[in-house]
Amino acid sequence: MESSRLPRRERLTEPLGVRLVDRLGLRQLDGWLLLAALGLVLVSVVTLDAASEKPVVGAPDLLSQRQAVYGLIGIVGMLLLARFDYSRFRDLRTGLYALLCISIIATFVFGFAARGSTQSIELPLFTFQPAEPGKLLLILALAGFVLDGSRAGSEAKRTIRYLALGMLPTALVLLQDLGTSLVYVAITLAIMMAAGVRWSHLGAIGAAAVAFVVFVLVLMPAAGVPLLKEYQQERLTSFVSPESDPRGAGYQQNQARVAAGAGGLTGRGDQATQSNLGFLPERHTDFVFAVVAERYGFAGAALVLSLFALLLWRALRLMSLSKDSYGKLVAAGIASAILFQVFVSVGMNLGIMPITGIPLPLMSYGGSAVISTLLMVGVLQSIHIRSRAGQRGPWVG
Amino acid sequence: MNDEIRNRLGKLRDRKQRPRFTRAAVLGLVAAILLGILVVRLWSLQVVTGDEYLAEARANRTLEFRVRAPRGEILDRNGEVLVGNRARTALQLDPARVPIDEAAREALFEKLAPVVDRQADWIRKRYREELEDNPPGSPVTLVEDVDDSVVYYLRENRERFPQIVISRVFVRTYPRGTLAAHLLGSVGEVTAEELESDAPSGIEAGDTIGKAGIEQTYDTILRGKSGTTRLQVDSLGRIRGSLDSDDPVPGDSIRLTVDLGLQAAGEAALSSIGLPGAFVVLDVRTGETLALGSWPTVDPAIFTRPLSEADAERLWDEDQGAPMFNRAIGGAYPVGSVYKPFTAIAAIDAGIVDPSTVIEDGGKITVAGQTFTNAGQKVHGPVDLERALEVSSDVYFYRLGQNMNGTDALQDWSREFGIGEPTGIDLVGESEGLLPTPGWRNALFRNGDTDRPWAVGDNIQLSIGQGDLQANPLQIALGYSALGNGGTVYRPKLLRRVEDVAGRVKKELEPEALRKISIPARVRAAIMEGLNLAAQAPEGTSFPVFGGFPVEIAGKTGTAERPPYGDQSWYAALAPFDNPRIAVATTVEEGGFGVDTAAPVALAILSEYFDETASQVGGGAGNVE
Repeated sequence: MESSRLPRRERLTEPLGVRLVDRLGLRQLDGWLLLAALGLVLVSVVTLDAASEKPVVGAPDLLSQRQAVYGLIGIVGMLLLARFDYSRFRDLRTGLYALLCISIIATFVFGFAARGSTQSIELPLFTFQPAEPGKLLLILALAGFVLDGSRAGSEAKRTIRYLALGMLPTALVLLQDLGTSLVYVAITLAIMMAAGVRWSHLGAIGAAAVAFVVFVLVLMPAAGVPLLKEYQQERLTSFVSPESDPRGAGYQQNQARVAAGAGGLTGRGDQATQSNLGFLPERHTDFVFAVVAERYGFAGAALVLSLFALLLWRALRLMSLSKDSYGKLVAAGIASAILFQVFVSVGMNLGIMPITGIPLPLMSYGGSAVISTLLMVGVLQSIHIRSRAGQRGPWVG
Repeated sequence: MNDEIRNRLGKLRDRKQRPRFTRAAVLGLVAAILLGILVVRLWSLQVVTGDEYLAEARANRTLEFRVRAPRGEILDRNGEVLVGNRARTALQLDPARVPIDEAAREALFEKLAPVVDRQADWIRKRYREELEDNPPGSPVTLVEDVDDSVVYYLRENRERFPQIVISRVFVRTYPRGTLAAHLLGSVGEVTAEELESDAPSGIEAGDTIGKAGIEQTYDTILRGKSGTTRLQVDSLGRIRGSLDSDDPVPGDSIRLTVDLGLQAAGEAALSSIGLPGAFVVLDVRTGETLALGSWPTVDPAIFTRPLSEADAERLWDEDQGAPMFNRAIGGAYPVGSVYKPFTAIAAIDAGIVDPSTVIEDGGKITVAGQTFTNAGQKVHGPVDLERALEVSSDVYFYRLGQNMNGTDALQDWSREFGIGEPTGIDLVGESEGLLPTPGWRNALFRNGDTDRPWAVGDNIQLSIGQGDLQANPLQIALGYSALGNGGTVYRPKLLRRVEDVAGRVKKELEPEALRKISIPARVRAAIMEGLNLAAQAPEGTSFPVFGGFPVEIAGKTGTAERPPYGDQSWYAALAPFDNPRIAVATTVEEGGFGVDTAAPVALAILSEYFDETASQVGGGAGNVE
């Protein structure tokens, strides 16, 4: 640790590894944050490797290997972003916002259908889901817009303006995937909350949201005008009583709960029949947490939650340490995005949240999500490095 | 200084408009609460209720097959196999995996049709019928005895046909064809009602149980215990490995008291007559049933395949002689003169006559304005007991019946010999028969079910085995057994011993004496003498049949009027005469005189037993009782 203060000449005599660490600026990174992110990616790769009754014929380790590659790409991206001054994004807010909207619209043009909804673009070697990096783009742009107008107009007008800016990309995503759009809503509300929007305004928005959900899920179907596709409606409502239709929409929920429950305290290891024998659907993506819970039990599942808690703590901490308001809002947005996804995804795996197809950050298989989340961590690192804490070494609390 | 103040003020203003620290705290609190909820839920799910989910996960991946146990064999007393087993490969549909949706189900039937080489319509019909007939969850057997090539094809394509279960089923074989069909009985798939009433004994839908005869009586011994093969399967039903399994326990074998030779001889003789009838052969010293047959008979092998409704109906069709009906134990007929020994013992015991008492047989008697005549209007003159039995004087016994009226002597003694009540043989379907008493008829009369109360004529009719009396060959054979052994009534038995699959004896049955009747030796000797004369003296009623038989026997013919049908032919015999070992009772419906049809059947059985044949004799009383 002390070596960073040594004169440059003396440092040249140090081993290559240490010099590399210095060159990459790693000494200023938040070590805890890095540990949490890398730990989750590692657990993900190990779990995907072990969980499969190999889904891809002839390439048994395809998913875990690919996830590892995505992780490496994401880590490189994270390190690059860490060195990049995040406050430049504030200046680029309009461009980022335009990029966000255009990329999501592009999926309508180039996209292909996956599981009843269009949300990705097929590229060579890679299926790209713009909505995933879109989360980060929304955070970076919206935080900029919020500070932009922080001195203009009445508070109510400002509130409506922020809300409108958040809801446009949310609406675009909603046309493709309900779960992801909910993340966008969470990001929008979190940034507004962190920006100091009145509690009364936030409460009004919350009430409107509840009314909207009741309208969509209860009133309109009852009136014979369903607004959601049938499979969406079932996914959202079946968690209330999954046993009522064990072969239908409740099936996934039941199997996930059985898998997680069967794990017990220490897990079933290779005897994890729910995941190994294919009873657990979508076990590499939506239900990866149930796989962890079955294989590694409460011990393993609690470790994963602990890593998320660590990550969130380091992110929320930046809300008070960041050198500027933009960093604080961005940190709040990223923390909220991750928190929301963790709660909904894990809750869905444990049978207390509806099935919305939200991936578990850094754990679920998928390049777009893993890389985007690591880029978020990179932005957090950038904020950290440029905060007061950044000067105090990687393991400062 | 000013700069510093401005700087500070600016910072203050900034702080007002900047996100406040408290908002970070709120977000942190929300995060802590949400993560806390997840941890609590995780703990409750995994640690508190984990065992339940573990059990559910285990059940999820386990596929259980019931492995049927082969039924025990049924052997004759010398170890000859009467009922064996054959393994057969069957294709069955698992109803739980057949789609409920009609279109999907039709598609499945279409897909299955070429595999089982049938039309989809046929599969649909069969599926519906089996579902209606069998308990819920029973596999629906589509075809049996399938080719190996079909089996291999299905094994390799298990994923395409998860609804098809390939199972090895055991079916009964009958090496001796129809021999002893009635007493062996049959097996069949358990029905819903049987399953309900027999639930605790480990039977499940689709199992085979005994439906009649020995198969039914000793089902629990023969059945064995099904095993379970447990396989690990994935969510698509593909087999991934095997788990702990229970092996099936084969059923025990049953060795009958039946002697194949006697059984075959009796059946051959009876079927050669071509009229419905039955025979029973008992060992008088033990009650063992050496042979028991009924004609017409059925081929028990028909029950190993699905039976058409028309075929099933024919089995009980009276116009076809109701082949399923076991007349030996289920029949109920007047028995005629074979009854006379019981009348004699009752009368002597009641002090009405002595063996030496002579009664004048004038060919008829008139009592209470009603005239009773000898068969064929014969006049036998003065007859004592022996002579009365030899020539079958009805008048002699009419007098005894007349004099015993008002006492219960005749009925009491008849009951002692087992007439008119179930013998307790180890077969289902025994008829009780009917022993008429004053109390019985008077009760009927009081209820308006008959035109008159009990009269002395009823007792007179009963004395020669006529009137309202109804009995079956087993009861007659049992009564004669008691006479033959000096008065012990044994429970007739078909089970000799239980053997395990390796032939080791697990249980041997001892003779079971139900009661002892005290018959004075002098009386018994006189009756036996009379029966011997009846069988083999030139004036005896069955002399034409037994006159030339080298073994001395005691035998009695019976020709019972059975309106609206023709006369019921009977024969009852004990042999050898001096120390009887077997009792034989035979009957033929509408067989005419006892000597014409029933006696020859008895002769065939006795010839087989003693390995002797009767020489032809001429003359004798013949054809008359």
